[in-house]
Amino acid sequence: MAQAVALASSGPGGLIANVANMLADPYFYEALTNTLLLAAMIIPLQVALALGFALLINTKFPGYNILLYILVLPLTISDVAAGLIWYSMLSPYGFLNKFLIDLRILKRPIYFFGYQFKRMEYLAIVITEVWRATAIVFVIILAGLQMISKEYLEAAEVFGAGSLQRLKHITLPLLKPSLQAALIIRTLFAFQVFGQVWILAGRDVPVLAGEAYYQQVEIKNYGRAALYSLIIAVLSMAVGWFYIRFLKSTYIEGG
Amino acid sequence: MLNPNGRELLKRIALYTSVTIAACWILAPIIISLLYGFASPEDYYDKYKVIPLHFTFKHVYELLFVLDSFRAVLNSLAVALGTIALSFLLGLPAGYALAKFVFPGKDTLKLLIVVTRMFPIMVIAVPLTVLYIRIGLSDTLIGLVLAHTAMSLPFVVLITSSIFAGIPTDYEEAAMVFGLSRVSSFLRITLPLALPGLAATAMFTFIISWNEVFIASVLMLVNRTLPAHILTMVTYGCPDYYKFAAISIMVLPAMSFVLIARKYLISMWGITIR
Amino acid sequence: MVEVKLRGVKKYFGKVRAVDGISLDIRDGEFIVLLGPSGCGKTTTLRCIAGLEKVDGGRIYFGNRDVTYLPPKERNVSMVFQSYAVWPHMTVYDNIAFPLKIRKYPKAEIKRKVKWASELLRIDDLLDRYPHQLSGGQRQRVAVARAIVIEPEVLLMDEPLSNLDALLRVKMRSELKKLQRDLKVTTVYVTHDQVEAMTMGDRIAVMDRGKILQVGSPEEIYLKPANVFVAGFVGSPQMNFFKVKVEEGIKLSSSFISFKPPTELREKLKPYLDRYLILGIRPEHIYLRGYEPPNLKEVVKVKGHVDFIELLGSDTIIHVKAGNDTLLVKVPMRVNVNLGGVIEVMLDLRQINLFDEVKGEAVR
Repeated sequence: MAQAVALASSGPGGLIANVANMLADPYFYEALTNTLLLAAMIIPLQVALALGFALLINTKFPGYNILLYILVLPLTISDVAAGLIWYSMLSPYGFLNKFLIDLRILKRPIYFFGYQFKRMEYLAIVITEVWRATAIVFVIILAGLQMISKEYLEAAEVFGAGSLQRLKHITLPLLKPSLQAALIIRTLFAFQVFGQVWILAGRDVPVLAGEAYYQQVEIKNYGRAALYSLIIAVLSMAVGWFYIRFLKSTYIEGG
Repeated sequence: MLNPNGRELLKRIALYTSVTIAACWILAPIIISLLYGFASPEDYYDKYKVIPLHFTFKHVYELLFVLDSFRAVLNSLAVALGTIALSFLLGLPAGYALAKFVFPGKDTLKLLIVVTRMFPIMVIAVPLTVLYIRIGLSDTLIGLVLAHTAMSLPFVVLITSSIFAGIPTDYEEAAMVFGLSRVSSFLRITLPLALPGLAATAMFTFIISWNEVFIASVLMLVNRTLPAHILTMVTYGCPDYYKFAAISIMVLPAMSFVLIARKYLISMWGITIR
Repeated sequence: MVEVKLRGVKKYFGKVRAVDGISLDIRDGEFIVLLGPSGCGKTTTLRCIAGLEKVDGGRIYFGNRDVTYLPPKERNVSMVFQSYAVWPHMTVYDNIAFPLKIRKYPKAEIKRKVKWASELLRIDDLLDRYPHQLSGGQRQRVAVARAIVIEPEVLLMDEPLSNLDALLRVKMRSELKKLQRDLKVTTVYVTHDQVEAMTMGDRIAVMDRGKILQVGSPEEIYLKPANVFVAGFVGSPQMNFFKVKVEEGIKLSSSFISFKPPTELREKLKPYLDRYLILGIRPEHIYLRGYEPPNLKEVVKVKGHVDFIELLGSDTIIHVKAGNDTLLVKVPMRVNVNLGGVIEVMLDLRQINLFDEVKGEAVR
């Protein structure tokens, strides 16, 4: 394993040439932008959604166990499968279109796929990713939420805080370490988006991992593929450092 | 304003509405695509049939046997099982050691393990391929098992260490006082107690390997695993209904596992996060 | 500073009747203790007063206000939790200031009040520390400071001393009581420790299984327990109990003695003729010859042998076996007694309590 890392750094075939090549390749910039853009769009959505889910589950309403299982289900679904699932939902003969046409809201289907509909493909990818990967963030946040002792919230209630105030002053601050962990993990994985993008949009929406795959398997230019992968790694490490540096919370969970 | 009881009712309505929406949001796409996988083409292409009424196994069958997916399924299965076996073989002792013994450098080791987990696997995928070609492991199942094991090993080590840490050492020591050796006390006392947690870990490892797509696609050409196989199939264009049929075979095994062991999986996942 | 009235308060958890019809009048400025074993419903009652639990029946009044259905924040109560519930992510200052901040007090006012409360609890030098930097005792004082800072109408305390070590507990007992007396705030204090109840309470309400068994001053509870449970729960070591039969001429006989009770009692015992009662007498009301109080009048002498001796430091507890029963006798330390030897003790008849065998109620 460690060996492989060393190999990566030595990207076979003139490193400089490869870098120059890559920078000249328009796909590269698109890939970089897309990857970052997607991450920027998806992650906040997921965190908000996951937080909502976690708070909902934490009220422990009757049957919350079932909802919990349902919410966790997407964790078992690979990105390729998720892409296919939403393809079935959003394709011209897919559920959404047929449903809306049936209700006479639409006359013709909304096209999500195909090169000319890049914007829609973006949307499809965002929907798919939010659908699939919110579960990871959700589980982490839920774990953190459940660690908050009920008495802290009761004390706040007795001393006059309403539900929203309790959320703002007590729950969220105590959730900070979980949020931090969730953000790091999610962002790292976000930089690696591959399967669902490939399925839904092919090379219409290039992403870093996708380009790496393409270079490797189709063009068989290992050097460039390695380079793409390295970019992902560098991005990940940069973000990781950034998060740890600026989002660290300083208290220790006491009693 | 509303009296307290009215407010209660409103809150309750809001709660259950959100619950229903959340559940539908997750379940609907899955159920629908599964349905589509078994739908007959006439119903699918019919503009007015929102939910297919006629079902056929034809597509799944064709997908599996005509389009070679069955072999891919077998490959995926083999790789997943191999990954479980290998990562457990290497990871269990490590996890146990981490839990029970204090040795210098323990904390740094833990940190290292966590860091490797966060490392994007993409980075090793490409040079790994090159390496494999040289060694002759390219396109072999074993090669992929090694790669997947590398991926899941940190995870296994961390989780098994917390499982073992959760079993009081007293039990083992009592066994040793009463005559068992260290090894057999591990096998006969600790292991059975750890079994549920280990089973859950195995399931999780299975899911990770089963769903892994990138390395599998990069590493293998002929002997592809399921996700990789489907990926290429789709890239080269194929009729919609095969895509949907694929969903069911990809998704059902993992989902059924989770059904069996859901409570464990969530606490496991929570433990991994420091 | 208000009186609290509970009327038939009920709280059920499924089939369990945690609070089963509690009625209580708490006077303005009183320090009342809810005393009872684990699971008797005292904490649940407290939480009902706080508004953390919704009652399933009955009403709660603060003065003239019916607060039964009001959420906690509208009741103007304060609470000290058993685990203190001092928020770990806020400084001591922020913790104490929280109730004021939520009620939108002006900043200067907040500063003043926090200073006042923290000085009262002697933690004014810890204001910018975080809870994890404090000891358990310090955290407890933060919890108390936070509770008094808004000068609440009702102060609730849920076993606040149970997590402290023994020495600290004794010290804090008097501190809390003095604090309450100075502030004159109506206080409801929950504990299972009868020593705390006896030393701190103006009145004690003894509870068991969701019901109040007796309410009274510590002396009343101690000297005139209303039933067997209260008699046995309060007082350490526990009161001695043994069965007696009510016989003609009004005599009481047990497995080891037979005697005539004091005249006043004989009338009251007439309805119990030929029935059994439980006689209770506290260990400190049984004396060794030579160590009895000077004005001891009516006694009954019991002969038994010494079964066990416990040295407590200032006192000694002698286990005396007589007949089928064992009596615990509390004597001053300097007494020299032989284990296994024969011993004669005197029971002070003015201090005996008689209880109905079936219902446990006192015969007075």
